Amino acid sequence: MIQIQNVHKSFGDLEVLKGIDLDVEKGEVVSVIGGSGSGKSTLLYCINAIENIQQGRIIVDEIDVHAKETNRDRLRQKLGMVFQQWNSFPHLTVLENAALAPRIVLKLSKKEAIEVAKKELNHVGLGDKFDEYPTRMSGGQQQRLAIARALAMKPDYMLFDEVTSALDPELVGEVLDTLRMLRDDGMTMICVTHEIAFAREVSDKVAFFHQGIIEEIGPPEQVIVSPQKEATQKFLSKVLH
Amino acid sequence: MEYEFHWNIVFQKMPQLLNGAFVTLHVSVLSMLIGIAIAVLLAIAKMSDYKLFSLPATLWVEIARNTPALFQIYMAYFGLGAFGIHLSPYVAVLSALVFVNAGYLTETFRGGFMSIPRTQYSASRSLGMNSVQVYRYIILPQMFRRIYHPMTNQFVWSILMSSLGILVGMDELSGETQRLQSLSFRTLEFFMVAAVMYFLITKLVLFSASLVSQKLFKGDL
Repeated sequence: MIQIQNVHKSFGDLEVLKGIDLDVEKGEVVSVIGGSGSGKSTLLYCINAIENIQQGRIIVDEIDVHAKETNRDRLRQKLGMVFQQWNSFPHLTVLENAALAPRIVLKLSKKEAIEVAKKELNHVGLGDKFDEYPTRMSGGQQQRLAIARALAMKPDYMLFDEVTSALDPELVGEVLDTLRMLRDDGMTMICVTHEIAFAREVSDKVAFFHQGIIEEIGPPEQVIVSPQKEATQKFLSKVLH
Repeated sequence: MEYEFHWNIVFQKMPQLLNGAFVTLHVSVLSMLIGIAIAVLLAIAKMSDYKLFSLPATLWVEIARNTPALFQIYMAYFGLGAFGIHLSPYVAVLSALVFVNAGYLTETFRGGFMSIPRTQYSASRSLGMNSVQVYRYIILPQMFRRIYHPMTNQFVWSILMSSLGILVGMDELSGETQRLQSLSFRTLEFFMVAAVMYFLITKLVLFSASLVSQKLFKGDL
């Protein structure tokens, strides 16, 4: 379980997160929505310890993420992350992209690493692309590769940072389908997203971020369908037209 | 009266010419190896936040890139000589080429490094790789591809610029050619053959480099 307790995060004088509390249970899908600059992506980076926090605590399976003694490389093995820009490794084939971290981080044998990578690539529908180089693939395929690459590390949680925002509209569907599949597999996920309809469909909980705080949180039927707060209503009326 | 070509003497002296060509290749290879090693350090120093490191590196790069190679060789041979430091022609030319190579390659390395998106780093870290692994498997291999061709060009430049060794009596291809033609007065013949040899050496280098790059680099960037 991920417990986020009163987290404050600043970049210089700019306070981006102003006291965030959020619990994510095992098997839950939590979507984080909100305007740009509301701090949603920053929160993911903090969970992953890519960013430090100034105050509060984030606890992943009883490990205090930002404690000095925490081995962050080990921690990150629990937390798969996929970014808006898919960040495929252009000098490696699709298979090598997915097999590299299992081999050098999990220290699997080459054969085992390739097996794991192939399994995850098949899972996201890239079974025919093993020897392809990622830059020759579409954004949607590269994003699915990024998902498979993260899954190959056998993470307990997946963090998705606006994974469809940089995609051409016709490619969004295949990536969302992959996320749906993960949810059906029972993966615990935090999805920062602008896909409101998707958030409504897949989430157990939706958190609406506004100016560095969680303005409203609850099941999608509440937050998206009948929001209580004015800021939520305003935001939704803007994005849903 | 037209010039009459006499090639015999050139063929007789071929062993000396080939020897000169070998020295040319030798000094250029060495100047690249040492130049690369220094450039790595200079590039790191230049990107440092500490002026103590970045300033000398910047100075080196600026002087190397904005003064003629001829001047570097003169300084290494006659300039240092004036201070009682007497380098052999070989060492003087080598030092000058190293100085310039290091200067140019510093910028090549720095540019190559900066051209790798920062997000490659965070994506790798998010997979649990430690910092050393990220450099070893992700950043440096990509950087190496980007600097490979500029490095090859620098190598060719070194081969051609080593011909300035002629000025300090070095026995590389140009120096050797100069000596042989002054003994035989077959100036054109010797220099034409030397030019062909330079051409062949650089073509050979470029050809091997492209073979190696096909072997090494499979993906797109």
